[in-house]
Amino acid sequence: MQIERHDMKEPKRKALKMERRDFLQLTALAGGGLMLRSFMGVAAPAQTRAAAPVLSPSAFIRIAADGTVTILAKNPEIGQGIKTVLPMIIAEELDVDWKSVKIEQADLDEATYGGQVSGGSMAIPNNWESLHRVGATARQLLITAAAQTWGVPVSQCSTTSGRVIHAASHRSLGYGELAAKAANLTLPDPVNVPLKDPKQYKIIGHSQGGCDVPAIVTGKPLFGIDVELPGMMHAVFQKCPVYGGRVKSANLDELLKMPGVRHAFTVAGSLATTPGGVDPSGSALEPGVAIVADTWWQAQTARKKLSVEWDQSGCLLQNSKEFAQHAETLSQQSPANTLRSEGDPEGTLKNSAKVVEAAYSYPFIAHATLEPQGTTASYKDGKLEMWTTSQTPGSGKKGVAQILGIPPENITVHLCRVGGGFGRRLNNDYMTEAAWIAKTVSAPVKLLWSREDDFGHDFYRPAGFQYLKAGLDQSGKVVAWRHHFVTFGEGSHTASSANLKNDVFPAGYVPNYALYMTAMPLWVKTGPLRAPGDNAHAFVVESFVDEVAIAAGKDPLAFRIELLQNPAIRATFAESLKPTPGQPMPYKIEPRMNPSRLQGVLQLVAEKSNWKNRKRSPGTGMGLACWYCHLGYFAEVAEVTVNESNQVRVNKVWIAGDIGSQIINPRAAENMVHGGIIDGMSEMNQEITLANGQVEQTNFHQHAMMRMKQAPPEIEVHFKKTDYATTGLGEPSLPPILPAIANAIFAATGKRIRSLPMSGSGFKWA
Amino acid sequence: MAFNLTINQKAVSVDASPDTPLLWVLRDELHLKGTKYGCGLGLCGACTVLMGGQAVRSCLTTVSEAAGKAVVTIEGLSPDGSHPVQKAWETVDVPQCGYCQAGQIMSAVALLASTPHPTDGQIDDAMSGNLCRCGTYTRIRQAIHQAADTSASTAAIPAKKI
Ligand code: FES
Ligand code: FES
Repeated sequence: MQIERHDMKEPKRKALKMERRDFLQLTALAGGGLMLRSFMGVAAPAQTRAAAPVLSPSAFIRIAADGTVTILAKNPEIGQGIKTVLPMIIAEELDVDWKSVKIEQADLDEATYGGQVSGGSMAIPNNWESLHRVGATARQLLITAAAQTWGVPVSQCSTTSGRVIHAASHRSLGYGELAAKAANLTLPDPVNVPLKDPKQYKIIGHSQGGCDVPAIVTGKPLFGIDVELPGMMHAVFQKCPVYGGRVKSANLDELLKMPGVRHAFTVAGSLATTPGGVDPSGSALEPGVAIVADTWWQAQTARKKLSVEWDQSGCLLQNSKEFAQHAETLSQQSPANTLRSEGDPEGTLKNSAKVVEAAYSYPFIAHATLEPQGTTASYKDGKLEMWTTSQTPGSGKKGVAQILGIPPENITVHLCRVGGGFGRRLNNDYMTEAAWIAKTVSAPVKLLWSREDDFGHDFYRPAGFQYLKAGLDQSGKVVAWRHHFVTFGEGSHTASSANLKNDVFPAGYVPNYALYMTAMPLWVKTGPLRAPGDNAHAFVVESFVDEVAIAAGKDPLAFRIELLQNPAIRATFAESLKPTPGQPMPYKIEPRMNPSRLQGVLQLVAEKSNWKNRKRSPGTGMGLACWYCHLGYFAEVAEVTVNESNQVRVNKVWIAGDIGSQIINPRAAENMVHGGIIDGMSEMNQEITLANGQVEQTNFHQHAMMRMKQAPPEIEVHFKKTDYATTGLGEPSLPPILPAIANAIFAATGKRIRSLPMSGSGFKWA
Repeated sequence: MAFNLTINQKAVSVDASPDTPLLWVLRDELHLKGTKYGCGLGLCGACTVLMGGQAVRSCLTTVSEAAGKAVVTIEGLSPDGSHPVQKAWETVDVPQCGYCQAGQIMSAVALLASTPHPTDGQIDDAMSGNLCRCGTYTRIRQAIHQAADTSASTAAIPAKKI
């Protein structure tokens, strides 16, 4: 979900610059409408994000003769609402009524649609410009078709609600009537087509219900787990409880005698590991035993009788307790890597009037998407067809092609609605497993992981250990900062999502500053979890900032504002990036955190929560935190009550967010922020532990997530609209809630939580 | 073994081993995919259906236990999404990923059938067996209140009418 990760995983961004040599092919649709199919010439990839892909409108929009508009949703829908939001952008510029729009999920075809990735809160930044232009170009074609029909200049024509209007002669034509003619026209240069003035928006900025909600509330088959094919069998796949363990022997013959079981076989796998740490490609096939039966329950029942002798030679049988001890030892030694150093941090710390020091830590945690991992695959005559729930189906397909030796052109991938992503499905191990099993049995197979498979074989959010020191001068101003991050990896290389960027706050805001990193080896898969890195670093840094503010005798709000007002940073910040107020283009993204925007949300949340006049009574307190990540700025205040048994109840949360000039689908946006808060609360008390290399947690009772009675009765969401580019919302609301609640618990009890899960400090949810 | 079941007011017969969970009979034998698997241990509520008017976890209910009882799944609430709880879910725009929502709706229908105007506390108690990984709890509460307000009398359980 990090931007870096995307660049790493997909070095050649599928940014397609469409040449003006498109061929539009007309295909008769049942009912007399027209479908525009494009066969595009693909030119060199665009160099920067600013040069957004220019995509053909015909790939995204179908207009039937009766005026029905079908818009294709390109990205995987994992609950972030993208299947509704991306078509909203197209429909706005096309100028049609939202209720006349039908939405269809596109299959995987990145040559046509550009990157089809749901991760990093990047769907809006990556598609904002291109989808505006897709809609506007189609509208321009329809206007031209009408102008030619009437023999009037294009400049005299306008559109409204799916019709082209010639006001002077009181004539109008519906888009359905114009589609055939429009399809024969030469495409205008998409970069020059006029875009709507945001003041005229009728769809963007107006709440639209999720396009699949009617199907969800009636239980229609929509999700990956719901796929059913003629003659389909069901599979389970048992892997070694210790990562990388291979099958020595298994009682396959016995399994084959069980009711409904059709196939049982071992899989050697294709693991590639690096010394000192597990770093497989997210698609690698782990060794294991596949059981294929007529029904999933039969396969699962047979698995209970499975007995495997595993070969664990070469596997590290690690224990969670040893990690903590090892980290403590490493923290005393001189750090292995210096990620950033400015001024004289060590010297200034020695001479500071006051030094604040603390050690923070947090555990591995699992994604536990409610829909377990799985994929349906069908293999016939050298061709593979898949129905999957991947967040990165393109790289999943690539992995399958490599590992199974099937040419990519012989693999078709359909995207199903996904029962939760959270970053788990950026990795595609289950896709490879399903493909392997389907190819082995040469038949359609649905692979479904059990919940136990899911907890035991996740790409976990990595644990981490962080050691911080801040030096204050006489006036309580921060003059030095030392941050040592003890993580997993080898040398200067960190395990997936176990890194810390060298601009972590307050880097750049303190004159004498050092950021160090030391890595220790790990033998378990890690990966991005919603707001990767940030979901942990915000807890550490923003809790410590609170400690330092209190040590400095300052209000936590005023203290943060003072830090952010560092004049050196303000001078260097490129204010020139500010786009024309309120206009959608040019779409420019700021390269780093803009301190004035973070101050903006801090001030807004302080005002909404009445921070200045907050009550302090024993057992009840308010806490504040802010964070910038995934291009979004969030400040959050939590009010908690802690009873005599240390049970924590969050009474209310106030949120202020700045993700630019537009909140595309406001009600869905509010829902997404609620989700960020609840998810962050769950993370405060979850833990995955290793015992002899094996994950100890197997199901939800050992890795609890928030339940309804624990959810805050009130979550108040405020967006601060600014003139900056509209950016994504899947992740940035999550990180600040952890420190906001931890700081509130401190305000209520005087006890500082420096280690998660919070149960380790004696706290639990009420 | 053959079992005679009543699912959504229709009599059906299935052949399965007696300890097969109702969940997998619904999904894989009867092709009713609305009821979801989340944990298999009664911890998440994604598999909630109504049996004899009560919300039960179909992952823990065997096909033999279900035989002879009236079972209602999400598909049986209404032919067209017009059940007041479904309507409320749509108006409030509750779902994020949507995976838990069939189970949430079935728990809500059972709650409203016994408590037509639940308080927040009663909602919390009745709904806390249903996990929502996406965190839509605020919206679920709102939708239940809305369903209670719009039409308590029609928020009935279809199976009860026969
Ligand atoms: S699947 Fe039945 S309670 Fe989770
Ligand atoms: S909406 Fe995703 S689990 Fe509830």
